[in-house]
Amino acid sequence: MATVTYDKATRVYPGQDTPAVDSLDLAIEDGEFLVLVGPSGCGKSTSLRMLAGLEEVDAGSIRIGERDVTHMPPKDRDIAMVFQNYALYPHMTVAANMGFALKISGTPKAEIQRRVLEAAKLLDLVEYLDRKPKALSGGQRQRVAMGRAIVREPQVFLMDEPLSNLDAKLRVSTRTQIASLQRRLGITTVYVTHDQIEAMTMGDRVCVLKDGLLQQVDTPLNLYDTPANVFVAGFIGSPAMNIATFDIIEGGRAKLGEADVSVPRSVLTKVSDEGSDLVTIGFRPESLVPVSSEDVGGIPVTVDVVEELGSDAFVYGHPAGPKAAEQTDRMRSDTVIARVEPRMAPAKGEKIVLKVREGESHFFSVKTGERIPQ
Amino acid sequence: MSAMELRILATPREQQALLDLPWDMPLEEWPEWYLVALPRGISRHVVRFTRLGGRIYALKEVVQSYADREYRLLRDLERLNVPAVKAVGVVSGRQAPDGESLDPILVTRHLQFSLPYRALFARMMRRDTVDRLIDALVVLIARLHLLGFYWGDCSLSNTLFRRDAGAFAAYLVDAETGELHDRLSDGQRLHDLEVARVNIAGEMMDLAAAGYLDETVDPIATSDQVVERYRTLWAELTEWEAFDVNDRWRIARRVERLNELGFDVAELDIVTDIGGRTVRVQPKVVDAGHHSRRLLRLTGIDAQENQARRLLNDLDAYAAETDQQGEDEEIVANAWVLDCFEPVLRTIPPEFRGKLESPEIYHEVLEHRWYLSERSGYDVGLPEAAQDYVDTVLRHKPDELAILGGTTENPEDPEATQPFRVPWDELR
Repeated sequence: MATVTYDKATRVYPGQDTPAVDSLDLAIEDGEFLVLVGPSGCGKSTSLRMLAGLEEVDAGSIRIGERDVTHMPPKDRDIAMVFQNYALYPHMTVAANMGFALKISGTPKAEIQRRVLEAAKLLDLVEYLDRKPKALSGGQRQRVAMGRAIVREPQVFLMDEPLSNLDAKLRVSTRTQIASLQRRLGITTVYVTHDQIEAMTMGDRVCVLKDGLLQQVDTPLNLYDTPANVFVAGFIGSPAMNIATFDIIEGGRAKLGEADVSVPRSVLTKVSDEGSDLVTIGFRPESLVPVSSEDVGGIPVTVDVVEELGSDAFVYGHPAGPKAAEQTDRMRSDTVIARVEPRMAPAKGEKIVLKVREGESHFFSVKTGERIPQ
Repeated sequence: MSAMELRILATPREQQALLDLPWDMPLEEWPEWYLVALPRGISRHVVRFTRLGGRIYALKEVVQSYADREYRLLRDLERLNVPAVKAVGVVSGRQAPDGESLDPILVTRHLQFSLPYRALFARMMRRDTVDRLIDALVVLIARLHLLGFYWGDCSLSNTLFRRDAGAFAAYLVDAETGELHDRLSDGQRLHDLEVARVNIAGEMMDLAAAGYLDETVDPIATSDQVVERYRTLWAELTEWEAFDVNDRWRIARRVERLNELGFDVAELDIVTDIGGRTVRVQPKVVDAGHHSRRLLRLTGIDAQENQARRLLNDLDAYAAETDQQGEDEEIVANAWVLDCFEPVLRTIPPEFRGKLESPEIYHEVLEHRWYLSERSGYDVGLPEAAQDYVDTVLRHKPDELAILGGTTENPEDPEATQPFRVPWDELR
């Protein structure tokens, strides 16, 4: 087991002006499950392949533990690319299926036996070692396949969108299985996905990338609570955060149409230092509360869709007050999303007024998109 | 009419035939009369074979993005002239009668006269057969790598073999894990090779465990051989070679060696150092299929590389025997087709034509003529050799147009003999 360190690692594809991965600095801890996530083209897969040795590193370096692997052939890196699936050989015993790759690499017989037994213990397969795969259940077969990777005792597991060919329901159950197996094994794992929910549910930490640049790396909860910039704020969280540009007005407040939000002094100072009178504000769906229409600072919204999930209910609507057009122009998406009490959700077409809970706003610089600490 | 539309993306001729299949059923539940029992290889998806208009098609049920991706990749490989199965189409928008939507199906045309490795091992497992399989696979990998194709899961199971004048030609069957790049990094090539090495060793060990492998064949040594042979071939195809300016004949020699290996050199990079004493040469654009292309151009006969080499040799011999060496190549080739190739094929009764491909038959007749002449002590003519070949050899050969069954004691259950994949969703 080992740490993994990206040190200003850069990959520029031939003929491209901008790097696919740009000076990536990332320190992954021993035994950690780190997820690389981002929209298509963000560089997450390239970053993983640089670690695997499949993509060249044009500048910077990559280390596994203390070893610099930047220019090392893939098979010498002590990593295991965990495929979507491994082949199982029907005429070979479970033990042989798990250990044959070690035999190829010349590992002594006693050592193979030791590792196979150890992996079998971890995977609850000890009593099946002498059987053929056919006699096993589907789940046991899958564990044999994982065993093939485990007996190599790699320092790092790499997984590139392993669940992409499964339908939504299976993805949910399978991601839990992979995450719990990884925790049992304690092997440092780098996992790539484009799905932020997968990232949030599986990773010890999640690294968000966009356009080849690292945006933020942190625990799922910290990403959710304190996104480092507007991109992360909008990318992490489902349903997505509401984000809009507000005018700073007198009295330490920001206003957009009828919406009115209080702004902490530190944020006001930062905005005026930038010479701006605008601020980007984000608020999660759960930070919006329905209020009576007489309340000041509420946003009138017409309900388009109601999602009743039983434990939760989400309202998707569009601004409906006299200043709706102005509001919509300033919003990142033309939908306002609010979580409401389940079983008390408004009806489709109904007009409601939503207000941002005090102290639950996220502030971002209009100029840089960076978070403004409060 | 349902909300979804069944879409069959394919050539018009094949579209017609495909229309008759029960697309509203999950592939797994298709009635047997639609299906042909071919060995299925490793796939995590449901794969079935069907016969339409005299041709066999492979059907693979897979999510839309995968179907589209593999279809596109296979079409790219076809455009790049890589020996691979031909993608026929993607059938999407499938819906069961109860309205439930079904995954799309990728349709590929089964390669006629192709042999899965298990079928080959079931009949002959001599050491040199194994060597020839390996050679064919190595050439295929190198060709793919030259074109920037990363296979990702190279194995004997993902390859089909066709006879090639006593040797084999390898075809890529499964492009599911493939990626087409402008150029492959060394890491990608080496990783691809490592995957191939492990897969091939595993497949051979499995054959050994099943009792299908001759004791003289060592699975590990064989898989190591893949790596060694690839390295040698890759070096010949791509490496700089430096020599003294007086040894310029070595440039021509390099090109000849590549031709021997079946590759054409379209561009050669030649650099002379400042003092002008040393010349360095590197092939730039190399194309496989040197002899195939030449034979096709001269005669219109579509053959594998070694078959083509054999037929071209026979063409040269014919030119010498008939004193036409000075003649225009195309004219001599035309005469050879009319005097030699076609008469031999006319000797083959129609019911035997499914046993071997025509160029392979011609190659075997040439071999047969050689043995016959040696035994008789005089040169047996081509017509006589062809007739004797039909009567004593071809008659007893199995039909290889479409190999059915495979090796197996129980052909109904591919899992009993084929390595198989376990999908993640079985992880419980």
